[in-house]
Amino acid sequence: MENLLSIITFTPLVAAIILAVFLRGEDAAAQANAKWLALIATGATFLISLFLLFGFDPSDTGFQFVEEGDWILGLTYKVGVDGISVLFVMLTTFLMPIAIGACWNVTHRVKEYMVAFLVLETLMIGVFVALDLVLFYLFFEAGLIPMFLIIGIWGGKERIYAAFKFFLYTFLGSVLMLVAMIAMYVDAGTSDIETLLTHEFGSDTFSLLGIQIVGGAQTLMFLAFFAAFAVKLPMWPVHTWLPDAHVQAPTAGSVVLAAILLKMGGYGFLRFSVPMFPVGTEIVGPLILWLSAIAVVYASLVALMQEDMKKLIAYSSVAHMGFVTLGIFAVNQQGLDGAIFQMISHGFISGALFLVVGVIYDRMHTRRIDAYGGLVNRMPVYALIFMLFTMANVGLPGTSGFVGEFLTLVGVFQVNTWVTAVAATGVVLSAGYALWLYRRVMMGALVRESLKTITDMSRREKALFAPLVAMTLLLGVYPSLVTDITGPAVAELVEDYDGALAAYDAALRLAQN
Amino acid sequence: MISADLSIALPEILLALFAMTALMVGVFTGKDRVAHLVLWATAAAFVILALMVALQGAESRTAFGGMFIDDAFARFAKVMILLSAAVVMLMGQDYMERHDLLRFEYPVLVALAALGMMIMVSAGDLMALYMGLELQSLALYVIVAIRRDSARSTEAGLKYFMLGALASGMLLYGASLVYGFAGTTLFDGIISTIADGEMPLGLLIGLAFLIAGLAFKVSAVPFHMWTPDVYQGAPTPVTAFLSTAPKIAAMALFARVVFEAFGTAAADWGQIVAFLAVLSMFLGGIAAIGQRDIKRLMAYSSIAHMGFALVGLAAGSQQGVEAMLIYMAIYVTMNIGVFAFILSMSRDGRPVTDIASLNMLSAREPVKAAALLVLLFSMAGVPPLLGFFGKLAVLWAAVEAGMAWLAVAGVIASVIGAFYYLRIVYYMYFGEEFEELDRVMPNLQWGLLMASSVIMVVGVINLFGIESFAEAAAQTLVR
Repeated sequence: MENLLSIITFTPLVAAIILAVFLRGEDAAAQANAKWLALIATGATFLISLFLLFGFDPSDTGFQFVEEGDWILGLTYKVGVDGISVLFVMLTTFLMPIAIGACWNVTHRVKEYMVAFLVLETLMIGVFVALDLVLFYLFFEAGLIPMFLIIGIWGGKERIYAAFKFFLYTFLGSVLMLVAMIAMYVDAGTSDIETLLTHEFGSDTFSLLGIQIVGGAQTLMFLAFFAAFAVKLPMWPVHTWLPDAHVQAPTAGSVVLAAILLKMGGYGFLRFSVPMFPVGTEIVGPLILWLSAIAVVYASLVALMQEDMKKLIAYSSVAHMGFVTLGIFAVNQQGLDGAIFQMISHGFISGALFLVVGVIYDRMHTRRIDAYGGLVNRMPVYALIFMLFTMANVGLPGTSGFVGEFLTLVGVFQVNTWVTAVAATGVVLSAGYALWLYRRVMMGALVRESLKTITDMSRREKALFAPLVAMTLLLGVYPSLVTDITGPAVAELVEDYDGALAAYDAALRLAQN
Repeated sequence: MISADLSIALPEILLALFAMTALMVGVFTGKDRVAHLVLWATAAAFVILALMVALQGAESRTAFGGMFIDDAFARFAKVMILLSAAVVMLMGQDYMERHDLLRFEYPVLVALAALGMMIMVSAGDLMALYMGLELQSLALYVIVAIRRDSARSTEAGLKYFMLGALASGMLLYGASLVYGFAGTTLFDGIISTIADGEMPLGLLIGLAFLIAGLAFKVSAVPFHMWTPDVYQGAPTPVTAFLSTAPKIAAMALFARVVFEAFGTAAADWGQIVAFLAVLSMFLGGIAAIGQRDIKRLMAYSSIAHMGFALVGLAAGSQQGVEAMLIYMAIYVTMNIGVFAFILSMSRDGRPVTDIASLNMLSAREPVKAAALLVLLFSMAGVPPLLGFFGKLAVLWAAVEAGMAWLAVAGVIASVIGAFYYLRIVYYMYFGEEFEELDRVMPNLQWGLLMASSVIMVVGVINLFGIESFAEAAAQTLVR
């Protein structure tokens, strides 16, 4: 299994090419073939990726399963995983079959739809395994193309505005990162991420256009990367593309967007910003903590007022991603472990919540909250599953949502008490909007005529939720499944970070004397 | 001695002889019956000459006392020029025929223009430079106006001619100033007068005028005004030709002059070129947003692309030239694909160039639409397509040369540019109305469209080995 990572990465792409080239026709049989082929391909990818999970040695903090080869323009094709990235690969391969299963009802241009998702899966896995700067950027950016098409072709009424906003917003965010990457290469003489992690970038203060830049090159590079990842994650105040994109995207698109694509931003912080620019992190970090706390409270308040279910969940995603940045920029064991845990758990929970909305959207073709009410009378199984994920979203102990929020708050409490206090109110607010949503959609009397014939979940829909329910509960009661894998890698990261900062402080003191 | 000189310039001499023979044949056999034959023969001549140039050794040679240079750089540019000219001419044959434009003069004029371009990229002297440039330009003025009964085409030709003459005047004025202050027109001689990097003011002004003239030829802002009108007015095959081979030639000539004659004063012209590059990238991107006509849009797109290529030049390094050459190769390949598609756009046999006519193309012609989609994203510089690597190479060169601000300007301009490419995608994939376009597309055009889009995807693996050639070419130019 020397090429295991490449096989995992490119299996969906190969399936996409086969689908695009060989499948002909638009009739029901061809559509079914396309769906089954996509499901089999993503399922096979998941099964192959299990070799990765079980072959992974958590005690080794370096990169594993590394493959390396020469590429163009002096770059290298290098992939590998460590304790931070391996779980994101697993998250992606785990969720893709579910996302494919969620678009079983699509009848419009099915073949292209499946091709777009398969290509997207390759690109998403690529982001998490790439160990070359430009290779990472390539996967990171290329994901925009299929997502742009998914929103634009299969989306809702305002899909065109949403697709353009999504594309241009994220494109603008990440091009500055490209310049910073080139600058990193010029500085360090390599584009190899493994080497760059040990490279020390200049942190001497200099002035640019008359402005004193404390932390020098590190601060500038940090900000350039921050622009890319903050937009992708998204952080307040650059989150505005997310609600639009989510509301307009088809169900499977929303699932992938919330569950995986957003995680690229958080992963980027963990892979690049914090370990490579410790001085930049130290200087800008406190500001980011406050932005995150604002994000948590603000997004929760906005979520309270939403009329559209998807928009509400989108804002709740912004709030939960606020916890992720809180944990990351606390830069300690609990914070980082919590951030990774929160991202994984949010992948399951938000994915499930968008599926939950998808279930009733498929039946009633509206996402407006006031179009529903009293569904519990007709849909008991649905009510149970919706309840479970509402509680997980709130962070009820026993679900995975609790562990992530708790760990990040513990982490950030050691750094800044006030930020923690503000962010903790978000926990209360999230209970507010999530439970209120549940109350308005599910409870009460079933008065609307159109709802009186609504049917409960089909077997296919139940099958989609089963793995998500299992993972949410499993991680809720046994979180060390995740933290055992991330722990050693995070410990090493924290140690290197503290070491680099100590050296920087020592140098500063020396300069002052 | 003279025979040695002649053997070095053999490809050019052969092409000149071929053009004259073809002209004679056309005149004596009477009218346009032989036009097909001449066109195919010209294309074949281009390909043979390209092979001949490519198979010459790796050494650098000069002829006619240094006026004519044959080195890896010239050969790289010549191969690109000849191959793209051959491909574009064949690609437009069907269009020219359908619209009754296929006269035997057309291939002959293209051959003469190509000859001019070959002399341009091999020029080692301001006189040779001007001769090549004028031969190319005069042939192009005529081709642009080849649709004699169309006011649009004639207007385009006239506009091109007037502004081109103005640019030639500026270039000549610059050349005379340079001659006056350096005492020679040979590039070798000019560079030896500024060996210490100190330039007399007169030489600097001369250089500025030279650059202005060259900027006109590559259609860099602020000398770009002719481009949209000429692109729109000229018959589409001619537009396709204008946007490919002459662009390579002009860019190569640009590089030749600034490095071969003024290489030691890179700091002086680097500023000017960087200024042209920034203006071109932004104006090309912003002005294209409002366009409704795809040929006009491609004009602005080419302005923006030339801006990016100039970024590589502005870096003033070997890496920059290499990046510029790679960028041009990728740009030309993309352009050929897109124009193959534009050539096939027609309704009831009449050519249409309205972008809105692409509405929902993807529903009717999914394969063509997908190929165009790849090309458009590639032009926008979105990874993983080849267009991204072109941009990466030039931005990289800029950062390496300490011009990070130029790279930042470049990436911001590329985001603006992405918008109008996305707008075409929007029509093709998300549109609503249904205006049927003709479905016929000649096999050759279809093949080129597909080939070019496949190259944009597959080329990512190793750039088809073009990197090492570009590197060798850049090495001979930048010493």
